[in-house]
Amino acid sequence: MQTRTLYDKLWDAHVVREDENGTALLYIDRHLIHEVTSPQAFEGLRLAHRNVWRINANIATADHNVPTTGLEQGITDPVAKIQVETLDTNCDEFGIQEFGMGDIRQGIVHVMGPEQGATLPGMTVVCGDSHTSTHGAFGALAHGIGTSEVEHVLATQCLIQRKSKNLLIDVSGPLSPGITAKDVVLAIIGEIGTAGGTGHAIEFAGEGIMSLSIEGRMTVCNMAIEAGARSGVIAVDEKTIDYFEGRPFAPKGEMWTQAVAAWKTLHSDAGAQFDRTVKIDGAKIKPQVTWGTSPEMVVTIDDKVPDPATENDSVKREGMIAALKYMGLAANTPITAIMLDKIFIGSCTNSRIEDLRAAAVVAKGKKVASNIKQALVVPGSGLIKAQAEAEGLDQIFIDAGFEWRSPGCSMCLAMNADRLEPGERCASTSNRNFEGRQGKGGRTHLVSPAMAAAAAIAGHFSHINKG
Amino acid sequence: MQAFSTFKGIVVPLDRANVDTDAIIPKQFLKSVKRSGFGPNLFDEWRYLDQGEPGIDNSKRPLNPDFVLNNPRYKGASILLARANFGCGSSREHAPWALEDFGFRVIIAPSFADIFFNNSFKNGLLPIVLDENIVDEYFSAENNAEINAETYELTVNLATQTITDPDGKVQHFEIDAFRKHCLLNGLDDIGLTLQHVQAIKSYEQKRKQQAPWLFT
Repeated sequence: MQTRTLYDKLWDAHVVREDENGTALLYIDRHLIHEVTSPQAFEGLRLAHRNVWRINANIATADHNVPTTGLEQGITDPVAKIQVETLDTNCDEFGIQEFGMGDIRQGIVHVMGPEQGATLPGMTVVCGDSHTSTHGAFGALAHGIGTSEVEHVLATQCLIQRKSKNLLIDVSGPLSPGITAKDVVLAIIGEIGTAGGTGHAIEFAGEGIMSLSIEGRMTVCNMAIEAGARSGVIAVDEKTIDYFEGRPFAPKGEMWTQAVAAWKTLHSDAGAQFDRTVKIDGAKIKPQVTWGTSPEMVVTIDDKVPDPATENDSVKREGMIAALKYMGLAANTPITAIMLDKIFIGSCTNSRIEDLRAAAVVAKGKKVASNIKQALVVPGSGLIKAQAEAEGLDQIFIDAGFEWRSPGCSMCLAMNADRLEPGERCASTSNRNFEGRQGKGGRTHLVSPAMAAAAAIAGHFSHINKG
Repeated sequence: MQAFSTFKGIVVPLDRANVDTDAIIPKQFLKSVKRSGFGPNLFDEWRYLDQGEPGIDNSKRPLNPDFVLNNPRYKGASILLARANFGCGSSREHAPWALEDFGFRVIIAPSFADIFFNNSFKNGLLPIVLDENIVDEYFSAENNAEINAETYELTVNLATQTITDPDGKVQHFEIDAFRKHCLLNGLDDIGLTLQHVQAIKSYEQKRKQQAPWLFT
């Protein structure tokens, strides 16, 4: 039998039919829904008098708009309130299970899914959110879709797709001490660029990847989209199976045994062919910091802000000049000399329990520097918040001068009140440093949770081991 | 969806790479539960000098005179000439909705981000991928036309997959046959898929046997 990649296997298992025009109808096992990209899809169903194909395949939660503080007042922004209430109404009307505000299971959709075992190995997972790639971390084929496709999945449980190419990113190990999943994925994006994975499904492999926890692997796959790939996948191993055992939506008993047997086949065959392979030396990866307005504009903590004068490609050079102007940075400034205004620890990239633990280790017994106007810690779900509180992490953060918030997307995209003011500079554990992403005129530097905590304490970027 | 055939329009050059969907339509406008009305906030942070919010009167806001869409030369433009990796970032379909609502029907670039590319076709917006050198030539030609105070319009013919410039020079472009068919006929994907109800049900039957835990 022909050898297949993990992506090939996941694709093959979900093809309902192939059309002579080269497209395939792909079956979707799990559809995650949130308030921002779904209202127009439900409205479309109503207008066409269509039903939801398989109600149990859908799970919803509100995350993008929800406030992270003052929850007892509800949502004070009237426009956001309508959107969240519209999700509640739509879920009620169509019978879809929703973890709404006030439910301890509510959280960022990509944190909630795996935490509940609602997204599992071997599934096809889609959501109207580009960071759906997160769920590839445990051998699921997962990607973001637009609202028209949200409606398409609701109505048909399928998507019309064309198969992507296979790209292998092989990260050797071991990683250096203190290097996190975030540093690995930012280093990968720095290497292949933000369009490096366009048209491809990325498989992340090698000891540098497999040594990461499932949470860390989610951080890596989460940012596959930042490398241009709609999906990223990682093979299933024992860690994957351990992670899902006992989760509320995971299979139980005989069905669990059956599922585990199937999941153990979720890896690329030896000798499987990839269209492209990129090798990364994991031992050389250092703590990463972005300096510009695209995730590929990234250097290490030991570096300086790059000089556009050294770039030969004119479009790239103009891009660098524009980025430096927006970021208010001069070429050749040491990264450790960049002073910060705000700190954000959270987002679907870095708001899981191990992220909070990593930040708390750095913050413990220290104080946030006086030049930092605000340092936010926003857990990814109500359950993570409760877990962190049980471990005393909340008190470590509060004692150090951080604000301990309730779950949501928060300052990653600043749809709620958590945002940067024009000109403010933030060390953020989120995924996008685009212009205006965290608020108009706001300046975002992407880093790992430990690096963000170290920056909060120092007031500027700093080596994690120097505090 | 609006069917697409032959189309002639003014070209507006947006000369920067990696234009992301946050730039195309900033997050505060995503709070709408509607599909229309995003045009006035297309490229909001580049187009206006103040902070845009949903519900405010955009006609009274200060315009950024340096932003290309505010140049009177491009009034009524419907073809956007862009650089590599256009539409990168989030999956928000509000980005093609905003472009379409503003009046764009065609975007020409050396490359597009996958999700944006896909979303465009669902909304009667045609993204055309051309070789970087050819895109460069269109940027130069548009720039020369501006210097000479001439209009610069392109004619896009989807059926023949051609772009014709003001001098009559014809450029061929590639497009997926299925997507072309859907755009030309204004077809609804859901309707097409629902022609295969039996195939979907058969797949579900088979899959339930192999992987019953997926159906609990």
